[in-house]
Amino acid sequence: MSGVSVSTDPLLQITGLTVEVRADDTWRPVLHELDLTLHRGEVLGLIGESGAGKSTAGLAALGYVRNGSRFAEGSIRFDGRELVGAPERQLRALRGLRVAYVAQSAAASFNPAWNLITQYTEIPVKRRLRTRQQAEADAQNMFKTLLLPDPKGIGYRYPHQVSGGQLQRAMIAMAMSCQPELIVFDEPTTALDVTTQVEVLTAIKLIVERFGTAALYISHDLAVVTQLADRIMVLRHGCKVEEGDTRQILDKPREPYTKALLGQKIERRRSTPSPAGQPLLRIDSLSAAYARRVSVLQNVTFEVGRKQTVAVVGESGSGKSSLARAITGLLTPTRGTIALDGKLLSPRMQQRSRSDLKRIQMIYQSPDTALNPRQQIGEVLGRPLEFYLGLRGKAQERYVARLLEMIDLDQSFARRFPEDLSGGEKQRICIARALAAEPELIICDEVTSALDQLVAQDILRLLQRLQQELSASFLFITHDLATVKAIADQIVVMQNGMVVDQGSRDSVLKPPLHPYTNLLLSSEPKLDPNWLTQLLATRAQAYG
Amino acid sequence: MTDLAIRRSVTVWLAIGATGLVFAVLANAAWAQGNRGAIALAAAAFGGMATILLRWTQGRCVEFGILLASLLYGSAVAAAQTRFAAFPASGIAGLIAVQAMTLLAGRQARLLRSAPVSAWIGLILIGGYIFVWALAPILAPYSESQIVGVEYVPWGPNFLLGTDYLGRDMLSRLLYATRNTIAIALAATLIGFLSGTAAGLLAATIGGWVDNALGRFMDIAMAIPQLIFALLILTLTGTSITALILVIAFADATRVFRLVRAVSSNVLALDFVEAARLRGEGLNWIMRREVLPNINAPLLAEFGMRFCFAILFVSSLSFLGLGMQPPTADWGSMVRENAGLIVYGEVAPLLPAGTIAVLAVAINLTVDWLLYRASGLKA
Repeated sequence: MSGVSVSTDPLLQITGLTVEVRADDTWRPVLHELDLTLHRGEVLGLIGESGAGKSTAGLAALGYVRNGSRFAEGSIRFDGRELVGAPERQLRALRGLRVAYVAQSAAASFNPAWNLITQYTEIPVKRRLRTRQQAEADAQNMFKTLLLPDPKGIGYRYPHQVSGGQLQRAMIAMAMSCQPELIVFDEPTTALDVTTQVEVLTAIKLIVERFGTAALYISHDLAVVTQLADRIMVLRHGCKVEEGDTRQILDKPREPYTKALLGQKIERRRSTPSPAGQPLLRIDSLSAAYARRVSVLQNVTFEVGRKQTVAVVGESGSGKSSLARAITGLLTPTRGTIALDGKLLSPRMQQRSRSDLKRIQMIYQSPDTALNPRQQIGEVLGRPLEFYLGLRGKAQERYVARLLEMIDLDQSFARRFPEDLSGGEKQRICIARALAAEPELIICDEVTSALDQLVAQDILRLLQRLQQELSASFLFITHDLATVKAIADQIVVMQNGMVVDQGSRDSVLKPPLHPYTNLLLSSEPKLDPNWLTQLLATRAQAYG
Repeated sequence: MTDLAIRRSVTVWLAIGATGLVFAVLANAAWAQGNRGAIALAAAAFGGMATILLRWTQGRCVEFGILLASLLYGSAVAAAQTRFAAFPASGIAGLIAVQAMTLLAGRQARLLRSAPVSAWIGLILIGGYIFVWALAPILAPYSESQIVGVEYVPWGPNFLLGTDYLGRDMLSRLLYATRNTIAIALAATLIGFLSGTAAGLLAATIGGWVDNALGRFMDIAMAIPQLIFALLILTLTGTSITALILVIAFADATRVFRLVRAVSSNVLALDFVEAARLRGEGLNWIMRREVLPNINAPLLAEFGMRFCFAILFVSSLSFLGLGMQPPTADWGSMVRENAGLIVYGEVAPLLPAGTIAVLAVAINLTVDWLLYRASGLKA
C-alpha cells in the first residue's frame, strides 16, 4: 500500500477481490480479499509458492478467471473501468490491446503450425490497428529491440525452429504488438536455464524501461523479481502476507514468512575428504547417442568415491540426465565402461542382476509422476523391501515404519495415496523408496527443481542428514549452483555432452574459474536489485 | 487404527447377518415353490457376500471371491436349468452381482453417492435389467417356447403383452430374451476385453517387434468390415452360440487392443514405471500393478460402450437369421418374427426394439459419468 497520494488515478486497482474455485459441491477461495494497486509504468512483483494465488491474481488483471472459478467479491478497475461482471465484448476490447499476458511456457503457448510473425501480427491486423506490412515491420523492430538474432528473418521461423529463450522473448515481443499499458508476466523464466533466464530478464527490463509499460511480474523466485520490480507483494495461501518497496522487503521484511523466503540459503556442508582406495563408481570415457546418431555424451570420465557426493552441473541439453540414464542402464553407451566397486556393469539394464540393480537407486525430478497414483505409500515402500530383501508381512511393515521415520513422516502415511500428499512429502517418499533398497549409490536427478523454495530447502536438509547417516554415495544432477554449494564434495561441470571442468568443490568454484563455470555462476540471480544491471555491464565490457 | 478395526468388524458382522438373511429367505421361497433358479440366486448372493467378507478381512481376495461366486452361481443355475447356454450366462451374472456389491460396500461407495442424476437413472435402469435377467424364470408367467394361446392375442389380463405369431406369451419371451441377449453380449464383450487388454498391454509394455506384429495383425483384422466378417465366419462354422460369442469377441478385441495400447503407452512413459523397470520388475508386475490400475477408468467406460455395440450386433445378426436360433428368444429375432404386425399399427414388435434402446441409453448414461470421472482424474 503506497501511502503517497498520487496525482493520476492508478492504472489497475483491485480491491477486496475474492476468487473461488469449485471443489466437489462447495466453493473454496483461492484468492482472499486481495487489494492491489498498480500505477502507470510501475512494476509490481508477485511472490509466492505454488497455490499462493499469484497466477489467479495475474489473470484477474485481464478480467479473467479460469474455468471452474468465479469472482466472488470485490472489484477490479482497469483505468477506472470495472472489469468484474463486464460483458465479454468489453473485456475482449481490452485484452491484447491494453493488457497483455506472457505465459510461463512459450513452447505451449505458441501455435506450432504458424510462424512467429504471423502470430505476432494477428491481433494488430485483426483489430485494424495496422496493415499486415506495418505490423510485420513493427515485429522486426521489436525483435531487434529485444536483441533477438536475425531480427528480419527470425519471424519467418516456426516455434520449434528457435530456442526456448528466443521463443520466450518472441512471446514478450508479441505481448508488445499493440503497445499495451500493462503486461502480466506469469513465471516467464521458470522453465529456463540460468543463462537463458538472463537473456529473457534483459528483454523484459528493456521493455519496461523503454516503453514505460506497467507490469505484474509473477514468480516464485525472489531474486528474479528483485531485478525488475519497484514494489513486491508476497502472497501465501491466497492471502497477502506483505507488500512494500523492493528495498524495504529485502532489507526490512516485517513478516516471518517473508523472512523465511529471504532467509539464509541452506548452509554448506563440510566436505568429506575423498577416501583412499577404490572408488565406488568409475566411469571411463563414456559416450552415448540417441538413435545411434544424436550424440549426447562424449568421452565422459569421472569417479564417485565411497560416502562422497558428486554433483553433475550443466544446462538442459548438457547431457547430465543422459549420464544418469547411462549409469542406470536405460541408455546403452556406444563406447566406454561403467564400473561399480571395480566390477564392470553390463551396459544394458536388462542384463544386470537383481543385486546390481539394488546397488544403484534413482530419485526423480518430478515426484508427481514418480509415484504410482494407485498404490498406497505402504505398498510403494514395501515393494522394494519384498523384492530385494525378501521382507513380508510384519517385518515389512516395521521396516516401512522405520523408513517413514527416517524421512520425518508419520506412520499414518503408509495408508495414504500419493494424491493426498504435498509435493515435498511425495519427494520424501521417493527418497525413502530409494533408501528401501539399501543402495550404495543414489542418483538424484534434479530432485528439488519441481518444488517450492522452502520445501526444496527442507528436502536438501534431509539429504544432507542422510549423507551423514548412511554409507551411500550420491550422484547429484542439478542446474542449481546453490544446491551444489550446499551438498557436493566433488563437482563435474558438463556442456554439450562433455565434461568441461571437474574437481573438488573448492577447486571448481574458486578462481581461476573455467569460462563456462563462470558463466553459470554469474548467471545465478542474486538478491540484489542491481545484480542484472551490473552483470550486463560486466559482460558488455568483457565482450566489447 | 483401532477405530477402523472396530468399524471393519462391525461391517463384517452386518455382512454375515445380511448373507444369512438373504440366503434363508431365498432358499425358503425356492423350497416352497420348487424353483431351482431361486436357489441359484441365493448361491450367488452368498458368493457375493463371501467376497465382501474376504475383501474386508483379507484385503486382496477380490479376484478369488469373484471366481468363487460365479462358480457357485453358475453351477447352481446350470444344474437347475440343465441348459448349456445358461452356464456362461449365469457365471457372468454372479460376477456382475459381486462387482456391484463390492462397489456398494467398498470405499467407492462415496464415489457412487456423488454420481449425477443422469448416472443414477442409468444405474437404476441397468439394475432393473440385471434384476430381470437374474429372476427371469421366476418373473415369467409362462416358459420361453411354450405355445399358450392363439396367435396375436391383444394385450389383456391373461397375456399382459399379448402373444406372438406362434401363440407364445410375449412378456415371458421378452423376459427370457433379456437373459439370452445380454448373456451373449456380455460373454462376448468380456472375452473380447480380456484378450484385447492382454494383447494391448503386452504390445505397449514389450514394444519392438511384438508391438509391430500385434499391431499390424489387428490392423488387418480391422480392415475387414465387422458384419461381413461375422456373416462369413458364421456361415462357415454354423450358427452355434459359441461361434457367435467368439466372432463378436474377436471383433471387439481389435478395438480394445488399440485403446489399451494407446492409453498404456501414456502411462508407460511416466517415471514410476521407469522406477519399477529399474528395480528389475518383470512384465507381469509392470502390466498388472503399474499400468492396469491407472487405465481402468477409460477401460471401464469403453467396456460399457462395447457392451452396447455387442447387444446391437447380436440383435442385428439375429434379425438376419444368423444369431440365436429359434425357439430361443432374443430381442433381435423377436423384432423380426413380429415385424408383420407393424402393418396393422401394433406396437408388439417395437417392444423388444424398445428394450434394446432403453438398455443402450442406460449404459451410455452410466458410461458418460465414468468418462467424466476418468477425464477429471489427475495424471
